[in-house]
Amino acid sequence: MHVAASERTTHPVLIFWIIAGWVGFGILPWYGVEDGFWSFEWLLNGYPFDEDFAPAAFLIAQGEKLWLAPLVIPLALPLLVLGRLKSDPLFARILILTGALGFGWLIAQGFGIGIRGFTFDWLTALFGDLGDRQFGMGYGAMICATAFLFLFTQGIAARGAINGDVFVVSAIGGVIVIVTAFVFFPIAKMLFAAFVTEDGSYSITVFFAKFMDNRLWGVGCLWGARCGVAWNSLFLAIAVGFLTTVLGLAFALVVTRSGFRYKRALRALTVLPIITPPFVIGLALILLFGLSGTVTVYIADLLGVRPTRWLYGMPGVLIAQTLAFTPIAFLVLIGVVEGVSPSMEEAAQTLRANKWQVFRTVSLPLMRPGLANAFLLGFIESMADFGNPLVLGGNFDVLSTEIFFAIVGAQYDQGRAAVLAMVLLFFTLSAFYAQRAWLGKKSYTTVSGKGDAGVHPLMPSGLAIPVMAVALGWALFTALVYIMIIYGSVVDLWGVNNTLTLKHYVTAFSVRFEAEGIRWTGAAWDSFWTTITIAAIAAPLTAAVGLITAYLLTRQTFAGKNAFEFGTMLSFAIPGTVIGVSYILAFNVPPIEITGTGIILVISFIFRNMPVGVRAGIASMSQLDKSLDESSLTLGANSWQTFRRVILPLLRPAILAALVYSFVRAMTAISAVIFLVSAEYDMATSYIIGRVENNDYGLAIAYSTTLIFVMLAAVGLLQVVVGRVQIGRRTQHGSGKST
Amino acid sequence: MSDAIISSKAAPVRFEGVSKRFGKDVVAVDNIDLYVESGQLVTLLGPSGCGKTTTLRMIAGLEMATTGRILIGDRDVTKLPATDRDVSMVFQSYALFPHMTVLENVRYGLTFSGFDKAEARSRALHGLELVGLKGYDDRLPSELSGGQQQRVAVARALVLEPQVLLFDEPLSNLDAKLRRQVREDIRAIQKDLGLTVVYVTHDQEEALAVSDQIVVMRNAAIAQIGTPRDLYEAPKDRFVADFIGEANLIACQIVGVEGDRATIDIEGYRHTLPSRGLSDGPATLAVRPSRLRIGEEEGIPATVAKATYVGERMEYTLEGGFGQVFAVQDEVDEPLPVGRAVRMSFAGKGPVLLPDS
Repeated sequence: MHVAASERTTHPVLIFWIIAGWVGFGILPWYGVEDGFWSFEWLLNGYPFDEDFAPAAFLIAQGEKLWLAPLVIPLALPLLVLGRLKSDPLFARILILTGALGFGWLIAQGFGIGIRGFTFDWLTALFGDLGDRQFGMGYGAMICATAFLFLFTQGIAARGAINGDVFVVSAIGGVIVIVTAFVFFPIAKMLFAAFVTEDGSYSITVFFAKFMDNRLWGVGCLWGARCGVAWNSLFLAIAVGFLTTVLGLAFALVVTRSGFRYKRALRALTVLPIITPPFVIGLALILLFGLSGTVTVYIADLLGVRPTRWLYGMPGVLIAQTLAFTPIAFLVLIGVVEGVSPSMEEAAQTLRANKWQVFRTVSLPLMRPGLANAFLLGFIESMADFGNPLVLGGNFDVLSTEIFFAIVGAQYDQGRAAVLAMVLLFFTLSAFYAQRAWLGKKSYTTVSGKGDAGVHPLMPSGLAIPVMAVALGWALFTALVYIMIIYGSVVDLWGVNNTLTLKHYVTAFSVRFEAEGIRWTGAAWDSFWTTITIAAIAAPLTAAVGLITAYLLTRQTFAGKNAFEFGTMLSFAIPGTVIGVSYILAFNVPPIEITGTGIILVISFIFRNMPVGVRAGIASMSQLDKSLDESSLTLGANSWQTFRRVILPLLRPAILAALVYSFVRAMTAISAVIFLVSAEYDMATSYIIGRVENNDYGLAIAYSTTLIFVMLAAVGLLQVVVGRVQIGRRTQHGSGKST
Repeated sequence: MSDAIISSKAAPVRFEGVSKRFGKDVVAVDNIDLYVESGQLVTLLGPSGCGKTTTLRMIAGLEMATTGRILIGDRDVTKLPATDRDVSMVFQSYALFPHMTVLENVRYGLTFSGFDKAEARSRALHGLELVGLKGYDDRLPSELSGGQQQRVAVARALVLEPQVLLFDEPLSNLDAKLRRQVREDIRAIQKDLGLTVVYVTHDQEEALAVSDQIVVMRNAAIAQIGTPRDLYEAPKDRFVADFIGEANLIACQIVGVEGDRATIDIEGYRHTLPSRGLSDGPATLAVRPSRLRIGEEEGIPATVAKATYVGERMEYTLEGGFGQVFAVQDEVDEPLPVGRAVRMSFAGKGPVLLPDS
C-alpha cells in the first residue's frame, strides 16, 4: 500500500511551500511593519496599496521596488514540476534551481540595497544612484525566503540525499540557515566592526591600535598598578574554575560516597543557579560584607576599626562567582562520580587495595576527565558572567563589563567593543575547544545498559572529614546568602534603618482595583510581564530547535555532520555580552532590522539557550535504542512520523527539561539582554540592574526575590503539565502471568 | 473477527554484485550475489563481523548498497529507503515502542498502510492471536516476559504481510529452553503462511534447525550456500566444515583415486571415501566427532588425553601424530581411562575430503 504512496505525483508538502511562496509575495506586507510584529493595524491603513504595507506584487505593479520583480521567476518555476515523478531528474534540478535563485536573489538584494540606497559604492558606480531605498524584511519577505529554502531542500532530497528523506534534509537546511543567520552572521559582522576606522573604511592598524591597548594587556598589577582587563578576566576565571571544581567535587563525594543523612537537601543546591538571576548573589554579598553590611559592621565594632570596601573588586567577584557556579560543577561531578563503575572499585578492593588506595588509584583517576570538564565549565561561566562584576567589580574591570561600557558609556566605541569581544570570545572558544578536542575522547564514565549491581565504597575517613567540613561549611554559607536575600527584601534601608517593612514589594508590585478593572500600578509590572511573555514565547521555540538539532545529531548521518555539531554547540561558548554586541551591530540595519523589538530578545534567547536543549535531547535520545526508529521505518512510517510518534513521546522528560530551562534562563539572563532591551521591551533583570545602579537595593532585592519564587513555581508547574512518561514500570497485574 | 486473515505476498530477493563500504576502506559486504526463493526461510550465518547483519539491513533499506542491485520481487529497490520497501523486520532487541500498548505496537505499521481503524485493529488482533498472545492487547511491553515481547515483535512484523520478513538474531535474548520453542514457532508460522524469511544468526545449530537454505558468510563474502544437510555433510572448505558443527581437521595424503572414490593414507592407515574431485597429493580430512571410531585393533595409533562424562555420552580428546582430535562416544558405562593407548578409525559415511588450503 505504501508502495503507491511513494510514487504519487502530487506532493502535499511541495504544494504547500509553493503556495506559501506566492502568499508571501502577493498577499502579505513585504517590509517590516513599524508598529510591531503583532499589530495588525496595517490591515485598515491603506493596505494593500500603501507603500509601507504593500505586498511585493503590489509594489511592483505600482512601479516601485522593481528589484523585487525577478523573484517572479523562481516563484513560477516550481509550477513546472507539479505532476512530475519524484524520480525524474528534472524534478530535483528545477527545485534546486528555484531555491537557489530565489534565496540567493533575496539575500543579494537585501544586502545590496539598504536604507540609503545601494549599500556598496561599487554598486552605485555600476548602476548609478538608485534613488530609492528599502527597510528590513517583513512577513512577506520572511515567508518567501522560508518557502525558497524548503523548495531547495526538497530538491536536494529528490536528488537522493539522506535516502531522499524530505523531513531530514529540510530540518538540516532549516537549522543551518537559522544558525548562520543568528549566530555566525552577527559574529562575523562584529569581527568586521573591529577593523572599521572612524570614517567608515577598513584598516588593520585600527584593529592593532585597539588590540594592543594597555588597558587590555597591561601587567601593571605586578608592581602595584592596575592590570589589563584581559589578565583580570583570565586570572578570575582560572581561580573560579579551580574553586568551583574543588567545592563541587566535595559536594559530589558527600552525596555519593558518605553516610551523610541529608543528601537530598544537598542535591537541592543544584536547582539554585538555575532559578537565581546571576547578580543576586552579588547583592546578597553586599548586604553581608558591603560597607554597611552586617558582618562588616559587626567586625568593625568588635575590632574598633573602620569598615572597609574590601568586597568591591576581585575578592567580591570571586566569592560571588564561586557561590553562583559551584552548583554547576556539583551537577557535572555528581554524574561523573556516580558514573565510575562500582564494580571497578569492588574489583580493586578484592585485589587487596584499602579504601584510600582504591580512591587514589582507581576512583580519582577515573574522575579526572570529569574534573577537567567541570573546571572548563566554571572557566567559561566566569568569563561570560556580567552581573556580578557589574555589581561588585568596583575598580576591578573584566572583559564582559568593559565591553558593556565601551558600547553604552560616554566613549561609545563599537570598534573597541568588538575587539574586546573578540578577546573574550578567544578565551571561551579555546576552553570550549579544549573541552571537546581533549576531553571528548577521554570520558571513562561508561554507563553501559548492563545492570551494575555494586555499590560505591565510602570515602576513606581521612578524606571524609575534611571533605564533609568543606562541603557543609560552604552549603551553610550558601543558605545564609539566600536567607539574606529574602531578609534584605523586607528591610527598610539596609544598615541604616533596619525596621521590617513590605514597602519595596508595594513599590514594585502594587495593584489598584478600579471600576475598569485591575490597574497594575507597581513600578515593576511592565518589565515583569514583558519578561514572562518573552520567556514564554522563547521557551517552546528553543526546545523545538534544540530537540530537532539533537535528533539530527544522534539519529542521522550526513556529510559535514561534525561541522554542523560544532556550529550548533558553539553558541554555548559565546558569552552573552558578545552576543549582545554582535546583535546590535548586525540587526539594526536591513535586511534583518529588529533592534528595539521583542523579537530580537526572543531570538537571542533561542540561540543562547539552544545548546541546552540540544544537550538534553542528545542525552535522552542516546538512551533510546536506535532499533526503535529502524523498526518504525521498516513498518512503513516515514522519518517525520517516526519522530512524532516514537521519538517525541519518549522524550517527554527531555522536552520538560528543555522547556523549563530555557524559560528560566530567559528570565534570569542579563548579559545579552542589557544590550537589547528598549524602553518598550524592558526585561526584569535589566530593570533590576538599573535599580542597583541607583543604589535602590531594597527594590532590587525585593524584585529578585519575587523572580526566584516565580521561577520555582514555573519549574513546579511545568513538571505537572508535561507529566511523566510511563516506561519500563512493571505494574502488578503483569507480573503474575507469563508463559 | 471478520475476514482479516493474514496472508502472504511473499516475493523473492535478489542481490546482484552488491557491496557495502563504510567510509573509505571498511568493506562490510564485498560483491555478493544471492537469490532467496519466494516462500523459503534462508539463514545468513557467520562469525561476528562477517557482514551478515549488514546484508540483512540492506534488504530492509536501513543501509544502502554502495554498488550493485537489490531486487525484491521484480522491483529494483536499491535506492528505496526502508519506509518505502515492503519489508518488515524483527529486531534483536525487539524494539517494541515502550510508550505504546501491545495492540498499539502491532497496529503501528497498519496505520501507515492505508487501513481504516477497524480493519487495522482487527488485523492486529488477529496477528496477536496467531502468535498466541490473545488477550494481551492492553499490556505495555514492559509488562511482558522476554518471550512474549519477542512474539509481539513477530506479530507486529507479520500483520503487514510483507514481501520479505527479516529476523536479526531474534533468539539471542532468550534463555536456552525458550529458544527451541520460539524457533519452532517461527518456522511453523513461516511454513503455514508461505513467507519469505531472511534470518540472521551466529548460532549454527539454530541455523540448521530452521532453514531451507543456509548462506555461510566469511569476511564480507559468501563462503557457501546450501541446504543444512549439504553444508553439514559436504562442506566446501575448512572454514565451513569447522563453522557448521564441530569438525576435526586432519592432514592426510590421497594415494589413489578410482572413479569418484579416493583412498587416503594417514600414518599408514588407509580409508576410502568420495574423492569430491580431488586428485593425488596432500588434502584435509574433516571428521565430525561422532564419526570417529575408537578401537583396539585397526586404525591410527592415539592416546586418550582427556575423558569427560557429560551424561548422555562420553567426550574424549585423543592425541597422536596427527595432533589432537575431539571424539564423542555413546558408550558411557565403561569409559576409557586417560592415558590408554587406542586405535582411531573413521565411520564409513560422514568424513569428507577437503582441498588443502
